[in-house]
Amino acid sequence: MFFYAFKRSLLAILVALTVSMISFSLLYISSDPAIAMAGETASDADIEAIRELYGFDRSIVVQYLDWLKKAASGDLGKSYYFRTDVSHLIAERLPTTMTLGLCAIIFAIGLAVPLGVAAAIRPNSIIDRVALFLSVMGQALPSFWFALILIVLFSVNLGWLPVSGSDTWLHFVMPTIVLGYYAAPAIMRLTRTGMLEVLSTDYIRTARAKGLRPPVVLFKHALRNAIIPVVSLAAVQFGFMLGGSIVVETIFALHGAGFLAWESITRNDLPTVQGLILAFSLFYIILTLIADLINAWLDPRIRIS
Amino acid sequence: MTNLPQTTSNNPYPAGKVRILQHKGMMIGSLIVIFVMLLAILAPLIAPHDPYYQDLLNRLKPPVWDTRGSWDHILGTDHLGRDYLSRLIYGARISLLIGIGAAMISGIIGTFLGVMAGYFGGRVDMVVTFLITVRLSMPVVLVALAVVAIVGGSLQVVIAVLGLLLWDRFAVVMRSSTLQIRSMDYITAARAVGCSTTRILMTEIMPNVVNNLIVIATLEIAHAIILEAALSFLGLGVQPPLPSWGLMVSEGKDMMLFEPWLITIPGVALFALVLSINLLGDGMRDVTAPENRN
Repeated sequence: MFFYAFKRSLLAILVALTVSMISFSLLYISSDPAIAMAGETASDADIEAIRELYGFDRSIVVQYLDWLKKAASGDLGKSYYFRTDVSHLIAERLPTTMTLGLCAIIFAIGLAVPLGVAAAIRPNSIIDRVALFLSVMGQALPSFWFALILIVLFSVNLGWLPVSGSDTWLHFVMPTIVLGYYAAPAIMRLTRTGMLEVLSTDYIRTARAKGLRPPVVLFKHALRNAIIPVVSLAAVQFGFMLGGSIVVETIFALHGAGFLAWESITRNDLPTVQGLILAFSLFYIILTLIADLINAWLDPRIRIS
Repeated sequence: MTNLPQTTSNNPYPAGKVRILQHKGMMIGSLIVIFVMLLAILAPLIAPHDPYYQDLLNRLKPPVWDTRGSWDHILGTDHLGRDYLSRLIYGARISLLIGIGAAMISGIIGTFLGVMAGYFGGRVDMVVTFLITVRLSMPVVLVALAVVAIVGGSLQVVIAVLGLLLWDRFAVVMRSSTLQIRSMDYITAARAVGCSTTRILMTEIMPNVVNNLIVIATLEIAHAIILEAALSFLGLGVQPPLPSWGLMVSEGKDMMLFEPWLITIPGVALFALVLSINLLGDGMRDVTAPENRN
């Protein structure tokens, strides 16, 4: 277990370093960042001054290592637009996004796991078909459009929910639905297959044969085993959700990290964009690392291979 | 030997055809996809108006089913008086072009990486698995938006960016398909008679993974279409005046409270196209490889 954990953590660090390299190089894919910062009207001397001030005149490797050293100690540089520390900005906005992500993943699991279980109990029944239908529909629904339809329906026509902002829990209802429905189909399908597989095993037959009540068999024996792969999928989906929060937060003007991403992208605020890509990726890397370690702990076969 | 009864499974083709025709989802999906493709190809012949012609006197005309609508503009006109139906038809071109273009780029990258990893294993597999992990840990929408914002939005940029970002599923599936085939007897036989690696990859491996490849390509086309719409909706994808469906939703959203059809029409079109491509892909998977269904 220790060796597996060590190996897996090393991989996570390597992935994080590669991601940091990619997000750093974003700054250089278009043009000279000093010219971009100085603006179109700047003189050559101004550009040169900015180049020296921000250290753009050094070699790219030196700049990367310097940026990485600072990033490791939590300093992601200064935002061009907001004129404050990027790490401070992200730390300020992240709780909203985390809350939204957590609500969305709970919504998705709460919707998908019962549906998946119900579908697996009676394969090819009406419930199974409805669940499949919903998941096929859900995968084709563009989230931005779904969000607008919800706004028209619940905020404008019915007047139940506020259109935008992030002050009360009511503001989180629609973003949670929009962000959560997207993860639900995959979770539902995996729950269904897992349950179908487990329900056909010998120990379930034994449990039934010795006269356990069906709910006990179903929830205590079957679901507990079928849910293991669902946990790691949910972790992955949670990571993807943070990336998806950018669309949802922008539409609902929810002041989280996703909205910050959109603000900084449209304002060419590269240090903030870099910091956000790094933060979102790191979060995903840590999440999948934890999920893998839990899985290896639960299932010894994984850590041996 | 001669007494063996002739089973239908000896000849897969009729059974395959029956399976395709019996698969309702696949039939509906492919009919809609073919319909949209025809619209896209024949757009100049079908579209009743020029999709870029602005008629400011006829702004925001509602569709024909509204009491204020007219048959001249069946789906109404947008905020600049451009015919909505014509823009919708031309928009199908953009969606399909971006979907197919991006899936082609990512398909080439992903298939190359996946087949290499599956066939050679060892170090190559480690590197490719590492690349897939790196790719998966970067948020697609965020990176795509950032790159488009820096480079500038255009049709080509969106195709390239999505193509360079969406190869992960190709690589994962091609890797596992190749792994399954690699230890088959006919591969060993091909190696034993002295076939070159290139020849084994091209004539033994590729024909056997191509079914899976087509299924993934179909699903990735749908994925790319939905992402393009999201990017264009946020203003960092295809740029005006091109009639991208995502852009049409975005342009209509300011008036969606008064003229909801401005966002419902392109949204329904997008939903229907993505849904039918997914149905087609799922159906092809059911027909060619039923064991991968879940």
